Amino acid sequence: MNCRSEVLEVSVEGRQVEEAMLAVLHTVLLHRSTGKFHYKKEGTYSIGTVGTQDVDCDFIDFTYVRVSSDELDRALRKDALRNSGGDGLGQMSLEFYQKKKSRWPFSDECIPWEVWTVKVHVVALATEQERQICREKVGEKLCEKVINIVEVMNRHEYLPKMPMQSEVDNVFDTGLRDVQPYLYKISFQITDALGTSVTTTMRRLIKDTLAL
Amino acid sequence: METDINSQDRKDLDKFIKFFALKTVQVIVQARLGEKICTRSSSSPTGSDWFNLAIKDIPEVTHEAKKALAGQLPAIGRSMCVEISLKTSEGDSMELEIWCLEMNEKCDKEIKISYTVYNRLSLLLKSLLAITRVTPAYRLSRKQGHEYVILYRIYFGEVQLNGLGEGFQTVRVGTVGTPMGTITLSCAYRINLAFMSTRTTGEDTGVTYPSVEDSQEVCTTSFSTSPPSQLSSSRLSYQPAALGVGSADLAYPVVFAAGLNTTHPHQLMVPGKEGGVPLAPNQPAHGAQADQERLATYTPSDGAHCAATPSSEDTETVSNSSEGRASPHDVLETIFARKVGAFVNKPINQVTLTSLDIPFAMFAPKNLELEDADPMVNPPDSPDTESPLQGSLHSDGSSGGSSGNTHDDFVMIDFKPAFSKDDILPMDLGTFYREFQNPPQLSSLSIDIGAQSMAEDLDSLPEKLAVHEKNVREFDAFVETLQ
Repeated sequence: MNCRSEVLEVSVEGRQVEEAMLAVLHTVLLHRSTGKFHYKKEGTYSIGTVGTQDVDCDFIDFTYVRVSSDELDRALRKDALRNSGGDGLGQMSLEFYQKKKSRWPFSDECIPWEVWTVKVHVVALATEQERQICREKVGEKLCEKVINIVEVMNRHEYLPKMPMQSEVDNVFDTGLRDVQPYLYKISFQITDALGTSVTTTMRRLIKDTLAL
Repeated sequence: METDINSQDRKDLDKFIKFFALKTVQVIVQARLGEKICTRSSSSPTGSDWFNLAIKDIPEVTHEAKKALAGQLPAIGRSMCVEISLKTSEGDSMELEIWCLEMNEKCDKEIKISYTVYNRLSLLLKSLLAITRVTPAYRLSRKQGHEYVILYRIYFGEVQLNGLGEGFQTVRVGTVGTPMGTITLSCAYRINLAFMSTRTTGEDTGVTYPSVEDSQEVCTTSFSTSPPSQLSSSRLSYQPAALGVGSADLAYPVVFAAGLNTTHPHQLMVPGKEGGVPLAPNQPAHGAQADQERLATYTPSDGAHCAATPSSEDTETVSNSSEGRASPHDVLETIFARKVGAFVNKPINQVTLTSLDIPFAMFAPKNLELEDADPMVNPPDSPDTESPLQGSLHSDGSSGGSSGNTHDDFVMIDFKPAFSKDDILPMDLGTFYREFQNPPQLSSLSIDIGAQSMAEDLDSLPEKLAVHEKNVREFDAFVETLQ
C-alpha cells in the first residue's frame, strides 16, 4: 500500500505563519478525526459526537473551522510555534500512520498512509499597506488550500479499517478526552533564505534563544 | 435504477439522505448568520447527533427545509437548493450563492449503507463546514447588519443559476456513492458583485416578491438569517396581498427591526432618514433599552405573507414618514441607512455635515438653523429622556458661555463639550477647540509678507548680522545661564 502524499505551498509574512499552519492543520484534522469510540460487547462500538468551532485569524482575513477540542488545539499550537519566525522556507509535514506491532526485539513499525506537506515561504514586508494587501491575499490563498484539502478528502481513497478494541491504539490517537484523530505526527524542516543547512540554522536559533 | 438493495438498507439509505439534506441546510444557513459557530464535542454518544457531528437544529430552518422537501428526497432531476442572497437597505438584492444537493445516476452497488455511506456522509458534512467559510459570501455575511442583510431561500426541483450573473464559479464540496445513485454537493457562487438595481419605485414600498417559476415542487420562501436566538422569538403576522397604505408600510423593508428604536424617542428616524428604516442588525444599535425582537420574514410566492410586527406606534410613524421622504434621500451622499448615535436626532441638513471629515462635525457651529434643529441644543419636551450629555449642555452653573436661553426663535449657544468645566481658565475647552479649528493664518504665510522678494531679505541680512555681533556678549551670557 502506497502512502498518499499531498503538498501545499503558501507564502506568508512572519506574523501569519502560525495562523496559516494552524488553519491547514485543523482543516485536515477536522476530516481525520472522529468521536470517541465506545466499544460494547460483540465487537460493536458507538461513536461520540464531534463539535466544531469557527476560528478567526488575527493577521489574515480568514476564518477556518476546527474540531472543538482544546487539547488538540494546544497540541497543534505547540507544534506550529516551533516553525514560526525568521525568513526563509519552512516545511511542515503532517503524517498519518498506522502502528504495526512487531515481535521483540523490534519496536513497533509506523506505516504512514497519508502525508500532508506544507511549504511555508516567509516574506518580510516593509509598509503597512503591503501588510494589508498581504492579509487579503493570504486569506484568498488559504481559501484555495481549503478547497484543495476538501477535494483530496472526498476522493475516498484508502483509510485504515475500523479497528477492533484491541487494535484501536494502532490506528487512532485515543489519548484525547473528547475526540479521536487518526494517529498523526508532525515534523519540521527549516532552511533559511540562503539555503544553509538545517544544523547551522538550528544552532543559530538555539544561540539566539539562549542569548535572550 | 432499482437495484437489489434490500428493503432495510433502502429504508436506512432514505433516512440518511433525508437527515443529510436537513443537516446540510442547517450548516449552510448557520454559516451565513454572521456569527461564529461553536458546538461542543461530547465523548459519550447522545444518540441524537446525526453523522456524529454536533450541528444545532434551528427549528425554523428545519421547518422550512421540510416544507420545501415536502416528503420527497433529492433524486435524479430533483435537487435541493439553498439560495443565499444579499439585500440592501435600499431594496437592491443580489443572489450570491446556490448550494445544490443533487443525485446522479452513477450507482455504487457494493457499498455498505450503514457503515461506509454513513461515514462518508459525515465526512461530506465536515467538508461542507469547511467550504462554507471559504466562499466570498462568508465574509459578506459576517459584516451584515445595517447596510445589508443576507437572506436564504430553499427550493426543490431544478437548479436555477441565472441569478448569479456572468462568470460564476463552482466549487464541489464532495460526492458519496450509494446503490441508488451518487449524492453530489456543490456550490455555485457569484464573482461579479456589481449591483443590478432591483429597487422598487418610491411610492410602492411594499414587499418585493422573489420571482420564481411557479412549479408545484417549488416552494419559495425568503428568510432573514438572524441568529438562532432571535429567530426563535420572532412573530409573524399575516399581510394581505393588496398592499394598502396603513399596514402595508410596515412591511418595508422585508427585514425589519421591530421595536428597535421605539423605546427611545430620540431615536425616532422621522426627519431625514437617509436610507429607510434601519435594518435588523444582529445586535441592538444603541445599547438602549431596545426591544430585542427580530423577525424572520418570508414571502412565499403563493401567499402574501410578510412579517412586520412593530411593537409600538412609533415604528409606524417611522415607516410612514420614511416614505414621504423618499426623494430627498436621493440628494444625500450616503445611500444606506445610517446608524444613529444615541440621543441624537438627525435632520437632513445635518447629514451633509457629518459626511465631511471634520471630527465632531455634528457640534461644529456652522449656522444657527442647524443648531436650532439639534436636540442637543433644543431638547425635546419629553422629560424622561434626559441624557447626561444634555444635562451638561444646559447645566445652570456653567460659566464662560453665552448660553443665551432668552431668545425665542434662535438660541445662540456656545459649543460646550461634554464634561468640560471652566472654573479656572477664562477660556473653556470649547472655545479653545473652536479656535484650534480655525487658527489665524501664519504671518509668514500671508500674502503681504510673501510679496517681498528674496532679494530684499538677503539685503537686510548684513544689517541684522551687524546688530547681532554687537550683542554677542549678551548672547554668551544668556547661553551660560542655560548650562
